[in-house]
Amino acid sequence: MTDYDAIIIGAGHNGLICASYLAKAGKNVLVLDARGEPGGCASTREFAPGHHVSDCAQWLSQFDQSIVKDLDLKAAGLKLGKPKTTISLQSDGDHLVVDGDTISGAGVDSADQAAYRDFKKMVRSFAKLMTTLYRSRPPKLVEQNWTDRLTLMKLGLSLKLLGRERLRDLMRIVMINIYDVMNEHFSHAALKSTIALDAVTGTNMGPRSPNTVYSYLHRATGEHLGQTGTAQVLGGMGAFGQSLATAAEKCGAKIQLGSSVTAIVKTDDRVTGVTLDSGEQISAKLVISSADPSTTFRRLLGYHQMEAGMAKRVECYRSRSGTAKLHLALSGLPSFTGLSEGQLTERLVITPPMDGMETALNPMKYRELSDLHIFDISIPTIEDPGLAPQGQHSLTAIVHYVPYAPDIGWEAGKPQLINQLISELEVYAPGIGALVTTSELVVPSDFEASHGMTGGSWHHGELSIDQALMMRPFPGSTQYATAVEGLYLCGAGAHPGGGLQGLPGRNAAKEILKRGAL
Amino acid sequence: MNDVSRDTMLLTTPFHSRVEAMCDLNDWGNWMGYTTPNAYFDIELEYFAVRSTTGVFDLSPMNKYRVTGPDAQRYLDRLITRDVSKIGVDRVGYAIWCDDNGQVMDDGTIFRLGEQDYRICSYQRADDWLAWNTLGFDVTIENESEAIAGLAVQGPTSCTVLTLLGCTDLNQLKPFGIAHYSFEGRPLMVSRTGFTGDLGYEVWVPPESAEALWDQLFELGRDYLIKPIGSYALELARIEAGFLQANVDFMPAEEVVRVGRTRSPFELGLGWLVDFKKPLFNGRSALLKEQEKGSRYRFAMLDVEGNKPAEHSFILKGDKQVGTVTSAAWCPTAKANVAYAQIEMPHGAVGDELVAEIYYQRELHWTRLLAPCKVIDAPIFKSPKRWQTPAPPH
Repeated sequence: MTDYDAIIIGAGHNGLICASYLAKAGKNVLVLDARGEPGGCASTREFAPGHHVSDCAQWLSQFDQSIVKDLDLKAAGLKLGKPKTTISLQSDGDHLVVDGDTISGAGVDSADQAAYRDFKKMVRSFAKLMTTLYRSRPPKLVEQNWTDRLTLMKLGLSLKLLGRERLRDLMRIVMINIYDVMNEHFSHAALKSTIALDAVTGTNMGPRSPNTVYSYLHRATGEHLGQTGTAQVLGGMGAFGQSLATAAEKCGAKIQLGSSVTAIVKTDDRVTGVTLDSGEQISAKLVISSADPSTTFRRLLGYHQMEAGMAKRVECYRSRSGTAKLHLALSGLPSFTGLSEGQLTERLVITPPMDGMETALNPMKYRELSDLHIFDISIPTIEDPGLAPQGQHSLTAIVHYVPYAPDIGWEAGKPQLINQLISELEVYAPGIGALVTTSELVVPSDFEASHGMTGGSWHHGELSIDQALMMRPFPGSTQYATAVEGLYLCGAGAHPGGGLQGLPGRNAAKEILKRGAL
Repeated sequence: MNDVSRDTMLLTTPFHSRVEAMCDLNDWGNWMGYTTPNAYFDIELEYFAVRSTTGVFDLSPMNKYRVTGPDAQRYLDRLITRDVSKIGVDRVGYAIWCDDNGQVMDDGTIFRLGEQDYRICSYQRADDWLAWNTLGFDVTIENESEAIAGLAVQGPTSCTVLTLLGCTDLNQLKPFGIAHYSFEGRPLMVSRTGFTGDLGYEVWVPPESAEALWDQLFELGRDYLIKPIGSYALELARIEAGFLQANVDFMPAEEVVRVGRTRSPFELGLGWLVDFKKPLFNGRSALLKEQEKGSRYRFAMLDVEGNKPAEHSFILKGDKQVGTVTSAAWCPTAKANVAYAQIEMPHGAVGDELVAEIYYQRELHWTRLLAPCKVIDAPIFKSPKRWQTPAPPH
């Protein structure tokens, strides 16, 4: 007799979603999380008196809407803001505005406007194909069984339906980099770099890195998952996490917060439960981890408890990120050259041209700080004033590229980098520095410490073809099962990967139920 | 030719000066990067030295890895398929190790030199695999291949000769036991192990002692008809005695590039070395699955009619080809024509009657022979001396 049918490690969105589906199917599920609140990367934190920010993920852009429906997240309190326009800031104040398939401003010409519509059309057809794959377990190619064959047949049919030219395009670009693809389609520098930003966000890659087309398409699946555009969650990302927790509990799952799992317990040849930091041991038929693969296998299970080839795979799994978060508490609403007050609530991005993006990547590779950065900015307090004291605002920005461990160390590095980032913002928002009352920089190693993500990787491991689909996280531990009996994965380290998408959690639960593993 | 670094060419063993002096035939081969004699003076006579008196084989090119540290035993238990705790201190165990797919990477011997102090003696270089295996274990792996010189001293008079060398009470050493002596002020270790299936020992010394050891052995052993033996004679002896050879009877899994060319322990007749009572070892899950689903191949020892060695032969069942031969020899002592074969399941069970399709040539004239053969259950050469303690006098 075990204490639970399943223990889920991590009350992040995937852990909670997996728990909800399993509990809905009548399983007795316990979700454990070291943090005091549910949601994982969907979290809100007060970083300055009265200033609450989404301190990890800040946008919801690709959440699977079938999950919203299945788990009735709206009833559980999920409220989204309006879909955002992306405004790519230019130093002369003539900004590039990307609104759906329409682009304007910054002197973009009709040829690029037409090219953008065509490009979106192409991306949409590819992303649709990927969505087909994303909504099911990844098919294995060698030892096919009927489920996998069916998925492959569907995939084959979708490929066929793409048409000869599109298929050729897909084969040609899917393994290459976003830099070349941008140059092939567009001439406008800011347009290219604005699109390229989506390919590198949350990764350890520059626009010229191979796999950046794949990571771009990964983000582009959002549209097919039913979400219309990028949005902020009202109440901060933590409210999203909270709504998932409410839904999970309503389904019958038990959530125990502030309980850190220190080890996955293996008895003889199978996983039988977990040990908590309190020393308590809890047993279950299955342990399902939404922690990243390195944390799950290296830290919690331990290399000595698996076969050596698997230990090698875990050790070689790439899990690094060059993405940081900048949080600024502002005494008032900043003004950006060329932006109306109403536009400040949109998604504001600052990117140097693509060569500059690539240049910005270089110092990170050599553990140095850069003097050039890429920003993805939100001022959430305009649409959601409750997040800051009256009349005050917060600015949060996803910033690339920041090294994991700079040679000068973070104690000296952080103040230096915060000043650098604010001075880069001053170019577009003169006087913003004077409004800053509190500043905070959350670097990849901070995310590792606060959210347990190895290397600070948002995707729980680089999202590249060699670590994707039927190879995610690595051969021998795919389709949510791992090479260790009784241990499953349901986090972003499993197919289809990272981003607030919810599919790993949902797919894992479906796979576990289908296998009759519980 | 000028200034070609000899370091980049075939290496020589610490015994080389002596080996070279005795290698009348000047017939050399390349054994894992070392120059080693194929034969010294006559293959058959060398072979008969092993079976009737004493044969000495230079096994210095074998790879030796020292495994020490608090987790040494746990490390080895995960690495190899058998239960390491059953190998006592100063004992040796034959072992195989697999990859995660349950395919054999190599076989070798594990010497237990202390509580958490082991030496792996392997055919293949294993530095990379052994290093990856240290993840999660507090162990140190040291490649001491070049720090230890080794001689196999095998045959009915071997115990006597080594006793004369100063290995007191060696006749009391049990099979797979280890004894420690000193030789000219340096350590000398003897293990009762070997590749010939008869009474025999392996002698391990620092390279500095190598030449003196060789000289004294041959001096003291003269009356006991001690002879050096090359790899051809050893090959004959090991086939007769039922030992497998990596790269001959199976492909080390790491070296294989073609799908399906690797073999599991069960497919090599080594299932007895797999201990499923251990909750974890490399290849365990895959081997459990194989046990459930059945193996693809069976290792068979064949007693082949006639005297033509079934080298490289196809094995037929009726008209159907069901296997191939990996090793074959006419075995002089057992007076039997033996072949090792990989047979497709379900064929090849003990007693199964098959046909070896043998091709041989006499003066450019090729002949095809269909030789009936039978699967036997044990090696054709069985010497009681191999297992007797005290070691029998000759």
